[in-house]
Amino acid sequence: MEILMALLVGVFFSVAVYLFLSRHIIRMLLGAAVLGNAVNLLIFTSGRLTPEAPPIIATGPAGTAEIMANPLPQALILTAIVISFSFFAFLLVLTYRAYQELETDDTDEMRFAEPRGQTLPPLEY
Amino acid sequence: MNADSSWVTLLVMLSPFIAAFFAPALTRLLKHNAAWALALVPALIFVHFSSFAPRIADGGVVTGGFQWVPSFNVNFSWYVDGLSLTFALLISGIGALIVLYSGGYLKNNENLGRFFSFILMFMGSMLGLVLSDSFLMFFVYWELTSITSFLLIGFDHTRAASRRAAIQALIVTGGGGLLLLAGLLLIWNVTGLTEMSLLLRSGDLLRESPFYLAIFVLVLGGAFTKSAQFPLHFWLPNAMEAPTPVSAYLHSATMVKAGVYLLMRLNPVLGDTAPWETVLPIFGGATLIVGTLLAIRQTDLKLMLAYTTVASLGLLVLLTGFGTEMAIVGGVLYLIAHSMFKGALFMVAGSIDHSAGTRDINRLGGLMRIMPITFGAAIVSAVSMAGIWPMFGFLAKEELYLGLFATQSWSLLMTAVAFVGNGLMFAVGFAVALKPFLGKLKADSDHPHESHILIWLGPAVLAALSFLTALFSSLTHHFLSSPMATAVAGDTVSVYISLVPHFGAPLLLSIATIIFGIIVYLVLGSARALMARILDAIGWGPDRGFDQFVNGIVRLSFMVTGWHQSGRMENYMKATFILVAATILLPMVLNGELPAWPAVSTQVQFYELAIMAIAAIGLLAVLQAKNRLTAIVSLGIQGFAVALIFMLYGAPDLSFTQFMVETLSVVILALAMTRLRLLPTDHRPMRETIVDATIAIICGLAFVLMLLRVVQVPFDPTLSEFFKQYSLSIAHGANIVNVILVDFRGTDTWGEIAVVLIAGLAIHALIRIRFGSRRGEIAANEPTE
Repeated sequence: MEILMALLVGVFFSVAVYLFLSRHIIRMLLGAAVLGNAVNLLIFTSGRLTPEAPPIIATGPAGTAEIMANPLPQALILTAIVISFSFFAFLLVLTYRAYQELETDDTDEMRFAEPRGQTLPPLEY
Repeated sequence: MNADSSWVTLLVMLSPFIAAFFAPALTRLLKHNAAWALALVPALIFVHFSSFAPRIADGGVVTGGFQWVPSFNVNFSWYVDGLSLTFALLISGIGALIVLYSGGYLKNNENLGRFFSFILMFMGSMLGLVLSDSFLMFFVYWELTSITSFLLIGFDHTRAASRRAAIQALIVTGGGGLLLLAGLLLIWNVTGLTEMSLLLRSGDLLRESPFYLAIFVLVLGGAFTKSAQFPLHFWLPNAMEAPTPVSAYLHSATMVKAGVYLLMRLNPVLGDTAPWETVLPIFGGATLIVGTLLAIRQTDLKLMLAYTTVASLGLLVLLTGFGTEMAIVGGVLYLIAHSMFKGALFMVAGSIDHSAGTRDINRLGGLMRIMPITFGAAIVSAVSMAGIWPMFGFLAKEELYLGLFATQSWSLLMTAVAFVGNGLMFAVGFAVALKPFLGKLKADSDHPHESHILIWLGPAVLAALSFLTALFSSLTHHFLSSPMATAVAGDTVSVYISLVPHFGAPLLLSIATIIFGIIVYLVLGSARALMARILDAIGWGPDRGFDQFVNGIVRLSFMVTGWHQSGRMENYMKATFILVAATILLPMVLNGELPAWPAVSTQVQFYELAIMAIAAIGLLAVLQAKNRLTAIVSLGIQGFAVALIFMLYGAPDLSFTQFMVETLSVVILALAMTRLRLLPTDHRPMRETIVDATIAIICGLAFVLMLLRVVQVPFDPTLSEFFKQYSLSIAHGANIVNVILVDFRGTDTWGEIAVVLIAGLAIHALIRIRFGSRRGEIAANEPTE
């Protein structure tokens, strides 16, 4: 099972990286969303896959399952999901505002801070 | 030395810095009269160190200090012998006069308080430099003098010439300081010593070391930059951009002599070798000749003096390196004489400028009757500079000819160099001291006048000292010259020379020098024109070379920055991801940590495969989407597939959160994207697609391999078991994931909430706060070419 998950994680990463390498910020944003999932799955699989029971201690008469899922990666991922979501939302709004101001989402056209054809700094003292 | 007097000396060493702190406030209160109060500080320092003189004259030394970094054997310690004492007295004595002079010279300058502050800080640094025992302390003070010199040269920072001179001096002397640091570290490495006093007792340790030559070159790098030896002399004349008190104090009497001090200090351990006795006289001699020739070319009083200072420093280096005891005595006497006459002459040049409104020698004349005191000081100092009886300069000149002259060819060559240099300096000295005062009155200023007492006091006192020290030469020698020469030579030296002339070669040489000097003085105008023609013919000089060097560095860094900071996002991203792949793959390959070929499990359920396939299809659809909505929906598909995977493998909490977050993401993405008029697809040229896809696939592969490797090592369940065991018993929660989040790692979650909150606030701010149109600013930011 792990090998399939590993391959899937590989696909997630490849797609995320490919999207990131675009010149268009909106594609990079999609990449950011995919990258979050890629990392979460990576952590999840590293903690081993156990298809049996969720990590909940039974207090009733049924008793606790012998093998339960690893709770630690789940706790980490839960945090990560929320953080990457707020990050994603922030980036999205940033892109939106940048588009409003600069009328482009092409990173090569966004040249407010670094205008094309930089000239030498002044040589006098 | 007992603890109490240690504290007193420490306080004395720090007092200039303390005074510097209070100087601006005091100046606001007392205006230029604050000079009287502030001059008390160097005066008291002078008195304090004078009290050491009898002990040091008897062959003793004064040491003291405190531990600084005991683990590195670094102390804050001082070592006062004849050499340090003479320097300390010159620094504090002339310093007191300079502070007074500054008060008069910059009387109406609104930044006078700052000026006092800088010059007192410099005084403290210079004092620390000559008193330091520990190498580290010496180096720190050395660089402090460079920095305070930078501040003082650039005092008039509104003029570009000042700024250039300040930067130039800082780069040259600061760079030399770094060489010196390397040299000191090497000395420490070779000898294991960190203190001058111990080093001086180390005998031939350094001379016999295989690193001698490296140490020698590095120390020379420090000394030659600081003491403006040819071809690094150019910063010193440029430093004349500073107000005249600075030129008189730093760039004539004290700081530029730090390099000479260093050479004299290390002469007992580094000297007496072939490189020392060859390199020093050659550079010193070249500096002497070049300095005097360039001095003849100048018409500005300060620049004439500046170049003769360069020449004098060359002479001092020559004498220090020549190797005979007499030459060292000559150097010692010349150093003392030079500080007095050159300091006075600089101050005279300043007061002429102040009174007549110009420093151009061709536009000055006839000031003798108007400025009698200044004239007197000038003429006495020039006589001393020319080495004429009965001033202290006479003693120095006799002694140095005595030390240099012999019948070997090397000695004859050096004698000839000194002769020519002295003769030319004679001419320039008298040109400065006579031309502005004699002849018809032709000043620019409407009211040339005798200066304020603050201004004439300094040169008058120094001129008087030039005479008195010579008259009472036995006292001078007993307290200053002999102990200093002893320290420089490394064994006991007694100086006897007095105003009673001895007939012999030195006296004849002196007389010949005077005759030569008078001839040059008479033909100075045509000599100047000749030098100007020669220099114009050469065209290039180290000063222009400095500009070319600095411009070259700027261009180089511009090129390098332009290369690795291309301003193109995709290049940065490519570099980042290539590096990510490399950091994962390279260690695995190099250390043989690649995962074993995994056994394919046959127990894969169909629904598991199906969900993974859905995720993969969703991802590929994101890449291929032809319109926005498809892309958004596809993004949703892979997100929900991930949620299902979480669900399948026992993570209902994750699954639930993922569903919610993915839904929200899709909604806000749809909201935002429909408002942007963007190209629906991602057009990349074929070549770029291939490159990007390759990088992406290699990155993906790297993570696949890493993950496979991770799951192939045995699982360590310690932490997970801990949480399982204590979740209920300690934290009273059955859902372990929740307990970890809100209890075991509660602070973490708290931080996470803060992040979400801040992101929310930032989003709110971005949407709600609108600035006026930025079009104008963007237009203004376009390159204007």
